[in-house]
Amino acid sequence: MKSVWTIAVKELRSFFDSLTAYILLVVFLGLSGFFTWLFGSDIFFIGQATLQPFFSIAYWTLFFFIPALTMRMIAEEKRSGTIELMLTKPISDWEFILGKFLAAFLLIFIALALTLPYYVTLLFIGHVDSGAVWSGYFGMLLVSMTFISIGLFASSITNNQIVAFLLALFIGVFFLIIFNVLANNFTGQTALLFNYLDLSTHYESISRGVIDSRDIIYFLSLSYFGLLLAEMSLAKRNIVE
Amino acid sequence: MGIVVSNLTKKYGTQRAVNNISFEVKTGEILGFLGPNGAGKTTTMKIITCFMAPSDGDVKVNGQSVIEHPEIIKRSIGYLPESNPLYLDMPVLEYLDYVAELQRVPKSKIPDRIVEMVKVCGLDVEKHKKIGELSKGYKQRVGLAQAMIHDPEILILDEPTTGLDPNQIVEIRKLIRELGREKTVILSTHILPEVEATSDRILIINDGKIVADGTAETLRKQAHGQEVLRVQVLEAGSKDEVITAIQSLDTVAMVDPIMDAEFSFLINSKENASSKKSIFNLCVQNNWILTELTPIETKLEDIFRELTTN
Repeated sequence: MKSVWTIAVKELRSFFDSLTAYILLVVFLGLSGFFTWLFGSDIFFIGQATLQPFFSIAYWTLFFFIPALTMRMIAEEKRSGTIELMLTKPISDWEFILGKFLAAFLLIFIALALTLPYYVTLLFIGHVDSGAVWSGYFGMLLVSMTFISIGLFASSITNNQIVAFLLALFIGVFFLIIFNVLANNFTGQTALLFNYLDLSTHYESISRGVIDSRDIIYFLSLSYFGLLLAEMSLAKRNIVE
Repeated sequence: MGIVVSNLTKKYGTQRAVNNISFEVKTGEILGFLGPNGAGKTTTMKIITCFMAPSDGDVKVNGQSVIEHPEIIKRSIGYLPESNPLYLDMPVLEYLDYVAELQRVPKSKIPDRIVEMVKVCGLDVEKHKKIGELSKGYKQRVGLAQAMIHDPEILILDEPTTGLDPNQIVEIRKLIRELGREKTVILSTHILPEVEATSDRILIINDGKIVADGTAETLRKQAHGQEVLRVQVLEAGSKDEVITAIQSLDTVAMVDPIMDAEFSFLINSKENASSKKSIFNLCVQNNWILTELTPIETKLEDIFRELTTN
């Protein structure tokens, strides 16, 4: 498991060595700050001391940013052949993927941590439901984990970064929109199934401050499933017949 | 640390990249793995290094199977893949540090190992640059350095000298020979002088099958069962007289006069016999002056071509 950390640190460092990390942080903070404080249904517009506007905008920002972060992580290694170098080191495919996952997660964690001043500002403005804020951040982290897994899976099945990016968005759209629409168009068990699969339902309840183990299980299992598929797609090299 | 490959097969679709091959590499041996492009060299190496699982058969490294214990085997192998992939945006030292950590070199020893690799591979001038800024030769050295950073008992080098200039090739070969004193080395190439210069043993593979296995000398013998000598004498009587005299020697199978030159002959000895001594004695007896007695070696190129073209 030490290797997971080694890989994560290297990946994180390469985010900061290239401009990736800085662009992500600046644009993420800029966009979310703009829509939280200045424009649209911002905090002053709704007149409540809540971070709800921030969470709904961050949700969509991360939906686009995370695939941009994960798209190169495996696809590029496959294209340049460095994956052969990595996987002949004494690490398992799973550790390799987990290291990548951790790196992306840490970067998102940093990005979210940098928005904590929003919370501090709110504390000065009015009476804040702190529980809801922390629960919102927790939900944000869970959603990010899910997006990262989907992104890594998309990156693992191709060696073209653009394809990986679009594929991750495509898969993401199902969980964010399509399942929701389908749920509204069906009744009975089918509707329940699609409703359960829909990511926004689970996220909304957490971001309102309702922490339900079913929602946590949903996000964790989706993340795990994504990483598992990524591992399987790497393992495919063993069974090509 | 020996490597035992038994009945190894790897299929890609209907094509068998490696078809039921078996061989052994002993500890401390340098094995030259030879074959035309697409013969299955790289595939075999990818299986030994646990990058891919075999379709059939097994490889045992020091008694451990690549299928059951890849994580143990991977630690004792240093691998330089074919196209020498590297993280181009990483500085050389940082990269070596990263690989050392992944190879589980104890933290306290990492700086020493890096210093040594930089010295051995001659990276001192370029060590602070990003890998992407290096010339091809230096990249190749970085590739070698990362393969050896954890002081592995086995080195697997897939075409280690491609893209190097002649001086660098000589250096790398020297390095491989030095390393081969303590380590088991498998080296693939399609450059023939390279295997002769570096390897103890040569394995020629074609269409996924082993077509020859042995030292350069045994391969020569196999390909050209008999000794061939080129002989020239002076101050002999007539050509026919010389031919008959040589022909009458026990060890000589055939005498073939070379057309243009006078008193020059190609002499084929009988199998497993040498006629050098008797020819010399014959000349002494008859007071002929022997001006040339050259064994003609079959070139490795000829053997290679003979074995790998159908």
